[in-house]
Amino acid sequence: MVTLVSRAGIWLVLLLLSIMASVAAHDTAFAIQAATVAVACLVGLIFAIRSPDYQRVSRGLAAPTGDASKYDDDVIRWGVIATVFWGVAGFLVGVVIAFQLAYPQINLEPWFNFGRMRPLHTSAVIFAFGGNALIATSFYVVQRTCRARLAFPGLARFVFWGYQLFIVLAATGYLLGVTQAKEYAEPEWYVDLWLTVVWVSYLVVYGGTIMKRSEPHIYVANWFYLSFIITVAMLHLVNNLAIPVSFLGSQSISWFAGVQGALVQWWYGHNAVGFFLTAGFLGMMYYFVPKQAQRPVYSYRLSIIHFWALIFLYIWAGPHHLHYTALPDWAQTLGMVFSVMLWMPSWGGMINGLMTLNGAWDKLRTDPVLRMFVMSLAFYGMSTFEGPMMSVKSVNSLSHYTNWTIGHVHSGALGWNGMVTFGAIYYLTPRLWNRTQLYSLRMVNWHFWTATIGIVFYAASMWVAGITQGLMWREYGADGYLLNSFADVLPAIHPMYVLRGLGGVLYLSGAAFMVINVWKTIAGSPLRAEAPLYNIEQNKANDVPLVAQPAE
Amino acid sequence: MATQDKQPFHWHGAIEKNITLLGVLSLLVVLVGGIVEIAPLFWIDNTIEKVKGVRPYTPLEQAGRDIYVREGCYLCHSQMIRPFRDETERYGHYSLAAESMYDHPFQWGSERTGPDLARVGGKYSDAWHVQHLTAPRSVVPESIMPNYAFLAKNELAKPDIAAEVKALAITGVPYTKDDIAKAKEDLFNQANPDADNTDLIKRYPKAQARDFDGNPKKLTEMDALIAYLQVLGTFVDTESAAAQEALAKEKGR
Repeated sequence: MVTLVSRAGIWLVLLLLSIMASVAAHDTAFAIQAATVAVACLVGLIFAIRSPDYQRVSRGLAAPTGDASKYDDDVIRWGVIATVFWGVAGFLVGVVIAFQLAYPQINLEPWFNFGRMRPLHTSAVIFAFGGNALIATSFYVVQRTCRARLAFPGLARFVFWGYQLFIVLAATGYLLGVTQAKEYAEPEWYVDLWLTVVWVSYLVVYGGTIMKRSEPHIYVANWFYLSFIITVAMLHLVNNLAIPVSFLGSQSISWFAGVQGALVQWWYGHNAVGFFLTAGFLGMMYYFVPKQAQRPVYSYRLSIIHFWALIFLYIWAGPHHLHYTALPDWAQTLGMVFSVMLWMPSWGGMINGLMTLNGAWDKLRTDPVLRMFVMSLAFYGMSTFEGPMMSVKSVNSLSHYTNWTIGHVHSGALGWNGMVTFGAIYYLTPRLWNRTQLYSLRMVNWHFWTATIGIVFYAASMWVAGITQGLMWREYGADGYLLNSFADVLPAIHPMYVLRGLGGVLYLSGAAFMVINVWKTIAGSPLRAEAPLYNIEQNKANDVPLVAQPAE
Repeated sequence: MATQDKQPFHWHGAIEKNITLLGVLSLLVVLVGGIVEIAPLFWIDNTIEKVKGVRPYTPLEQAGRDIYVREGCYLCHSQMIRPFRDETERYGHYSLAAESMYDHPFQWGSERTGPDLARVGGKYSDAWHVQHLTAPRSVVPESIMPNYAFLAKNELAKPDIAAEVKALAITGVPYTKDDIAKAKEDLFNQANPDADNTDLIKRYPKAQARDFDGNPKKLTEMDALIAYLQVLGTFVDTESAAAQEALAKEKGR
């Protein structure tokens, strides 16, 4: 009873504080954001009052704890649904901004102009879709590989809901014009502080579960997840150092400026890729690929070497975002050299994943979920070759500032991160909701092909657009003058912008198949009546004994 | 058959069985790169070249910069000219580190969906900027930039401008006490053609004080943004012989 009252009391105090902040706010955006927090507190208060079993409470009994003979999967179920939801939202915004570049009339000022929509897209796909996938799968994997229930179940629920609040605050903030103007670190000071609280709780739940493990060894997937959580905390704290202009306003002044600020930002930015989108997702890969292929991980030694090499080298690669800028040359060169070296540990991960299929390659014909994992590893390999290549200064002089970079990022994001997440969702859904299998394997196959063709459209059109831009900007006429004005290049790449948009539509429609499939599986619909993916044709005519025929 | 502990990497078992060791080691491993690459930038002197003319933004320019940030202009426009013939001919002298030393945060950008803006100051008239921001395709038919007509309608709301200038001063931007005290009046006076701005221009050399958006009665977000755009890249006189000589002598970058 005491905890019940104190819990409701905390919600009430937070509710009142956020209402006061909203009323006293110095700018409209901050008022709206504080009101959003107030709504979240109200929901929390209602749940705190309504959810307890008052009959038990009145008898002085504590709330029932979960069934110790089962893993604690509530948060993971919510996480799977959140991943699918934010994925579709993020892809949809991506398609909209892709067409905004092809048809600028689609910009609706002020809230839906490209400049406010792009951070919405990038944050929705990286932090909302990717982040939820990482939190959900890490909680699933850590319990299974440690043979232990989640430590601090209440805190685990806080991590999930706290992270959703972070997403909502960040996303609505962008549309209202609240941004720090640092790519992939756009949320303002108060959202950053909130994320810090959530992230530390995440580390506590995750690390706590490993501490209470029943297995002596910590499985390799957990090394990657752990290093992802720790490093992201470090990057987030340093890059977001800022002084709030007012504690009742949305604006802050970044601690770093100019050249130092640029390198701190790209140290953060490149390792958002390196740790959020690579180390964390490699953790996912190391659990789900062996599980789906039903083969052990190819090489234990390779996993050790490529783990330490990957996390050591990645951190250095940031300066390749700043080639030929006012950043000192020595830092640029260091960044380039380490980026090229990074190719090796990246491929170590790809090889370890792909070779895990040794002896199980035939399953690719019959298992579309495994096909997703393999395609994801293939894209991981391709983009981790393309990245080091683009970090070579002479290549970068052409590719930087162009759409080639956008194409590169998306072959990694759509191919590697997207596909491995889809595979994990298809693996998890029937297991978490206790269904014999997915609603439809054919639909997984359609998803696979629409997504793959979508990525090909996307990457190919952006290569052409990027190289066109790079070459046209530096093109000289016979008279020794620049041949093209900046505006001349825009019509030249317009068709590529349209094709890229179509690629995005294909990828989004693949995700729509996933929504139907996951929905029907969770709802427990009868399996879809469909032809099996693999079936050897029966030749009934030949299936008879040879009967001797009398000679004529 | 070798025993368990004679196998290669058997020592790694110790790390795999101890989460504290695993966590601490992976943190140490990821710390190295940042320390070696980033930390020296704060104390190696020639990271930022010493050139004359770089000054903090006036409150109005800073407010315009805040709008530039708010609208996400940096997502399509770079402010960093690389030292290539085509770029310096198209945009002007390559960008110097000193030119963004008071930019919290930097706005170098990563994409050129639109052209570079590092030296856009003074290239176009105020009226051109108003027209272009209101309806970009009316002046550049090929443009894919969104319309920003609302900037001319929105009154500039900066209740915290003094606190903002003060916060910038704390991070090391050399605003004087006088600058902080006068921040609010500076903000309003710079775009007011009737105000006496001699003191403002003395404290902020090369500051341009005039009505920017063609509507002298109202201080709008358009005023602030254009005031910012018109000073971009104008602080350092890259054309002067002295500057060129100093840059040519610079070593070790």
